[in-house]
Amino acid sequence: MTAAPTTLAEPTAREERKPISRRGRRRRSRLVAIAFLLPALALNLLVIGGPTVSSIVYSFTDWNGITSPEFTGLENWTNLVQDESFWNAIGHNFIYLLIFLTVPLAMGLLGAFMLSRIRRGAGLFRVLFFIPYLLVSVITAQIWRNILDPEFGIASALNAIGIHWLDGVYFFADENLALYSVAFVDNWHFWGFLVVLFLAAMQGVDASQYEAARIDGANAWHEFWHVVLPGIRPTLTFALTIIAIGSLLVYDYPFILTGGGPAGATDVASLMVNRTAFLERDAGYASAMALALSVLSAIFLVLFGFLRRREEEV
Amino acid sequence: MATLTAAVRARRRRRPAERPPGGLGRTPISYAVLTLLGLFAILPVLVLLFNSLKTSLEIGTNPLGLPTSADFSNFAEAWRRGNMARGFANTAFLVVGTILGTWLMAGTAAYSLARLNPPAKRWIENYLFVIISLPVQMFIVPLFFLWVKLGLIDTLIGLVIIYVALNTPFSVLLLRTFLVGIPKELDEAARLDGANEWQIATRVIMPLSWPGFLTVGLVAGLGAYSELLFAVTFLIDVEKMPVATAFLQFSTGYSQLYNLVNAAGVIIVIPLIVLFLFMQRRFIAGLAASGTKG
Repeated sequence: MTAAPTTLAEPTAREERKPISRRGRRRRSRLVAIAFLLPALALNLLVIGGPTVSSIVYSFTDWNGITSPEFTGLENWTNLVQDESFWNAIGHNFIYLLIFLTVPLAMGLLGAFMLSRIRRGAGLFRVLFFIPYLLVSVITAQIWRNILDPEFGIASALNAIGIHWLDGVYFFADENLALYSVAFVDNWHFWGFLVVLFLAAMQGVDASQYEAARIDGANAWHEFWHVVLPGIRPTLTFALTIIAIGSLLVYDYPFILTGGGPAGATDVASLMVNRTAFLERDAGYASAMALALSVLSAIFLVLFGFLRRREEEV
Repeated sequence: MATLTAAVRARRRRRPAERPPGGLGRTPISYAVLTLLGLFAILPVLVLLFNSLKTSLEIGTNPLGLPTSADFSNFAEAWRRGNMARGFANTAFLVVGTILGTWLMAGTAAYSLARLNPPAKRWIENYLFVIISLPVQMFIVPLFFLWVKLGLIDTLIGLVIIYVALNTPFSVLLLRTFLVGIPKELDEAARLDGANEWQIATRVIMPLSWPGFLTVGLVAGLGAYSELLFAVTFLIDVEKMPVATAFLQFSTGYSQLYNLVNAAGVIIVIPLIVLFLFMQRRFIAGLAASGTKG
């Protein structure tokens, strides 16, 4: 910037531009403003905006991704309503949602509340809780595939001390266990994030409220229920939102651990969208599926949006 | 700058005292619960580490415990057999490309929104909010076939373009809040000195808003390092796969050789954990703000 003035501010040029007045300069600065915005907007339209719109259009066609699509009206949609494998997959998404709305939420709240009550060692615990969240999903999956392996994992370790409860239990290959096992692994990865999120919110709660509760003789449970929970409600709503959306769109762990198997027992909507589009080359139908999924997640967003707004009014 | 970091440090030191004084807390129960939760979080990670040091024979007899002797040859073996040098080169390209691209795209756009007063500003900001909450399934199918048509499928640059586009909306909104806070008088002064918009952006504003850029870069880089869905969908050739995606292939190829696969896993995870221990606060702030991963 030190060199700039000598090259840019030639006195004659400045003298000449003066009469153009403010309006000219304002128009020029508008152009600059647009020029700064344009790359990001163009990229966004290319990767997200454009394909989103064409996804909606393609959902009414028999597009296979390559040849030009044929308009088929509502055929994809009537097929989708009757498609049992799609409802099977969506059903798993909702089971996932139920698990995630309870287990990690409870663990996150518990961990954060306990952390907020101690001083020594809090930093260490926070690091410990957060490390699983840092791990790449393929590594997390590998860790648990190893631990839950019937031959090289916890079952064999228990055998060494004479316990045979887990002999021949295939956590990811048993139809009745696979979905819960996958959700368990995902939960192990995720809950520490909630601890950190909730802890930050709890530290923001007005300290005088704790004092007041304590003077009233509140015990830890009362304090949690009447001071902490109301105090962190906006964060709680935020957590519910990302859990709901995350459960509807979950992809990584079912893909890595089971690929949707055995016999569709862990199939989820995102897996099905990708399979239908890229393996079966039924891109039009996959678009309809994706759109249905997006509408569902939009409903959740609006729902939690309302919840948040109501809180702000209170 | 020195005064700024000093101020940050001072605030950091002051923080614990501001915490709610857990009068009932500091009870043994808190520590007991926290220890249980901490073990639940960390023991599986230790199993990964322990088993990466064992021979495959030892895993059979001692599946979860401490290794009897440290066998570091697994790491060299995994590095070689998994072709991890190539994987890390691909990952480095993805991470650096994504960070630089996001800084450029989001930085310029946020600068415009925060300081240049472009037309239709509200509309653009609302558009960004909508885009952020859009699920990737909404556009991944047409995007895939568009990438086929453009010859960007199975290329790292094609993946970088996608990652930059995915990171930009959130980053614009985050950077905007940093940029709005910088006093307008500063760029007025620079403008009077004859600096143009680009010079003002890079020499005056950037140095003052680097924490925002650091957070954005961290989120974008972490995302590129660990992303799975787009990487497995848009890359076909093993030669081009980043280290995380290549690991998936490796782990299915050598599924019973837990010592080798776990060693590869440790190699992939260590950079993340080291970075986290150095930059805890920014990690947490960034990931909480983006709230997308997971």
